[in-house]
Amino acid sequence: MLIKKLALAGIFALSASTAMAACAFENSQEVKTLSAGFEAWKAVTDAMAECGNVSAELDQEFRTKQPAAFAADPSLYAVGGVSNGTVTPLINEGTIRPLDDLVAEYGGNLTPNQLIRVDGQIMAIAMMVNTQHLMYRTDIFADLGLDVPTTYDEVLAAAAAIKEAGVVEYPLGATMASGWNLAQDFNNMFLGFGGTFYNADSTPAVNSEAGVKALEMMKALTEYMDPEYLVSDSTYVQQQFQQGKIAMANLWASRGAAMNDEAESQVVGKVGSAMAPIAMEGGAPATTLWWDGIVIAKNIPDDLAEAAFRVAMEGLDEEMVTANNADAIWLIPGYVPDEMAAGAIATATATPTPISYPSTSQMGLMHTAIGNELDSFFTGDRSAEETLAAIEEAYTSAAKEAGLLQ
Amino acid sequence: MKFKTFAMFVGPSVVLMLLFIAFPLVTVLINSFQVTNPVFITQEVETCTPGFVTQTCTTEVKTIPVLDEDGDVVRVTQWVGFSSYANVLGGERFSRAIADLDLGQLANIDFWKALRFTLTFTLVTLPFVLVLGLSIALVVNNASKSIKGPVIFVSLLPFIITPVIGALSIRWLFYGDGIVTVWLEALFDTNLSVAANGWAVEFLMMFYRVWHVAPFAFVILYAGLQTVNRDTLESAMIDGASRWERLRFVIIPHLMPLIVFITLIHLMDAYRAFEEVIGFSSESHRITLQYLTYDYLQPDDAGNRQISSASASAMLTMIGVVILLAAPLRRTWRDQRGA
Repeated sequence: MLIKKLALAGIFALSASTAMAACAFENSQEVKTLSAGFEAWKAVTDAMAECGNVSAELDQEFRTKQPAAFAADPSLYAVGGVSNGTVTPLINEGTIRPLDDLVAEYGGNLTPNQLIRVDGQIMAIAMMVNTQHLMYRTDIFADLGLDVPTTYDEVLAAAAAIKEAGVVEYPLGATMASGWNLAQDFNNMFLGFGGTFYNADSTPAVNSEAGVKALEMMKALTEYMDPEYLVSDSTYVQQQFQQGKIAMANLWASRGAAMNDEAESQVVGKVGSAMAPIAMEGGAPATTLWWDGIVIAKNIPDDLAEAAFRVAMEGLDEEMVTANNADAIWLIPGYVPDEMAAGAIATATATPTPISYPSTSQMGLMHTAIGNELDSFFTGDRSAEETLAAIEEAYTSAAKEAGLLQ
Repeated sequence: MKFKTFAMFVGPSVVLMLLFIAFPLVTVLINSFQVTNPVFITQEVETCTPGFVTQTCTTEVKTIPVLDEDGDVVRVTQWVGFSSYANVLGGERFSRAIADLDLGQLANIDFWKALRFTLTFTLVTLPFVLVLGLSIALVVNNASKSIKGPVIFVSLLPFIITPVIGALSIRWLFYGDGIVTVWLEALFDTNLSVAANGWAVEFLMMFYRVWHVAPFAFVILYAGLQTVNRDTLESAMIDGASRWERLRFVIIPHLMPLIVFITLIHLMDAYRAFEEVIGFSSESHRITLQYLTYDYLQPDDAGNRQISSASASAMLTMIGVVILLAAPLRRTWRDQRGA
């Protein structure tokens, strides 16, 4: 037993040392990273680890841990994986450092598109974009002679036709799990109907025509879903697709690769992607754009920050993208968009373009308030107007406690 | 015992209790009357974010916290009296619901929704835990020696399993196309969606709690059964008492202090129910008071936490436990004094 373990350890050590050759420099500083745990992060942190002395923590709870961990002095992590939603507290509390000098010295391979600037200073390096867009079963749409829907009214019509034909258990899937997911689904639709979340003075503005329309559309869509949609998160929808239970869903682009994973999926090659549907005529696709990328902690010595940045650049290089092309819609040179990326690219380049998820203190409170109050609308306990009024009240009391409203 | 010896024995425990119980409690109490928040300014900020091909830069007025020269966020703390309590209880929505005598509106406010469920949950599971625990204890007590060991082991299993794992295993039996759901669908030839119905989720949560806690009642009561006075039982039999009468008039009175003890522990534990909400993802249908506190404490994407509301909600939960325990505690107190 012991011999076996030793042999295994030996193999790992060997592979680690051969892998280290893939890195352009030998890293001697202990670099710790904290990021989300999806495939793209796995690819990036693995590539970073090739430089040696990198310990990567991939944790879906990163959004709760990051602000406190980066506020510590010295910071518990040198590199953080963030998205435009989770970078807000780090920027607000000043716990990440401007990267202009490091980019000038080591960031030669970065494209201008990747540099996230706040007030002129580079605060983060983006590596990929993510968005929720339409994924659909190409075989079912071909068999039934349906066109790929571009608006939500067409989604409803297609869902009705698929239900009529009875080829899948439920025509639609959606990331409507109570809480963050449900709120995000509402945000997408609400923006699609041209809504704004709050006014310039931080008072809420969701109780509007756009809000009511968004809720009504969502309710109409649920008619074609698994009745258990309030526990259905991204992974649940992904599995519904993989097991051939649904025919359409507005799902994260980062889930695309899983559809063609032969170990899990029964629908390999049968899922296509298209632009996120439009909610109203002349509107932007009803979705938000996201980016994921890295930040460097402020409360660490400068030489560690330098090492961390160089390691991160190795993680974000062309070699990594070529090896993991299908894992994300990379912003890094060398990326070749595949068929699965078509939907995300169509969404991101549509006119008018959907907005980036607004990363503000107000939006954080609004997102929570929406997530907490929407349930009673979908369980039928409250009307759309009452629900929107309740969201505004919940937001207002939270904003007062947070000091955003007097 | 000399006072000094007494103090040496009790001292460490008093210090630890002050440190780990009294001090946090006082902190929470103070927090519930205070609000600490960053000082915000509004400022025009230009933010550039990547599109697929080119960047889009937008200039907008953002509300951002003020940093001091050390780079720390400037925070102010102020006393707010009972306003966090008012927030938790529902504020204006609460007063409107009371004015309209509208129970449905009241039940939509998180706190009252949680209180309704927590109370039902606690009070409904209690008798089931006691009756089931006692039944298993009686069965095991009457089982032949050879199978006693294995039966005790099997009965204790649910109690040993980690709560969240236990909740998840029951969830997987029923949610989506769980095995039991598929059987039931085949049996009644319908299409079931357990997680779509509040009452079904509520039932599963209670079922899980009874399944999980009954072994605890069983262990305590089984121990109690070993001390039942044989002579009293035999004289009852000679007097012609049936099995039921022996249980009713000899065994249960003997076990009463233990039953009160189990009741106390169960009321305390069930009122603080939390893992059921997580295990069964019941947030959309049913939440508990403890979950509400947790929810206030969870930071959102922008890093806001509602510490003051969380403290108020925690205090309210504690007050609830005290009220709930008052009756059984008084009884124990009386018994102790009587004895």
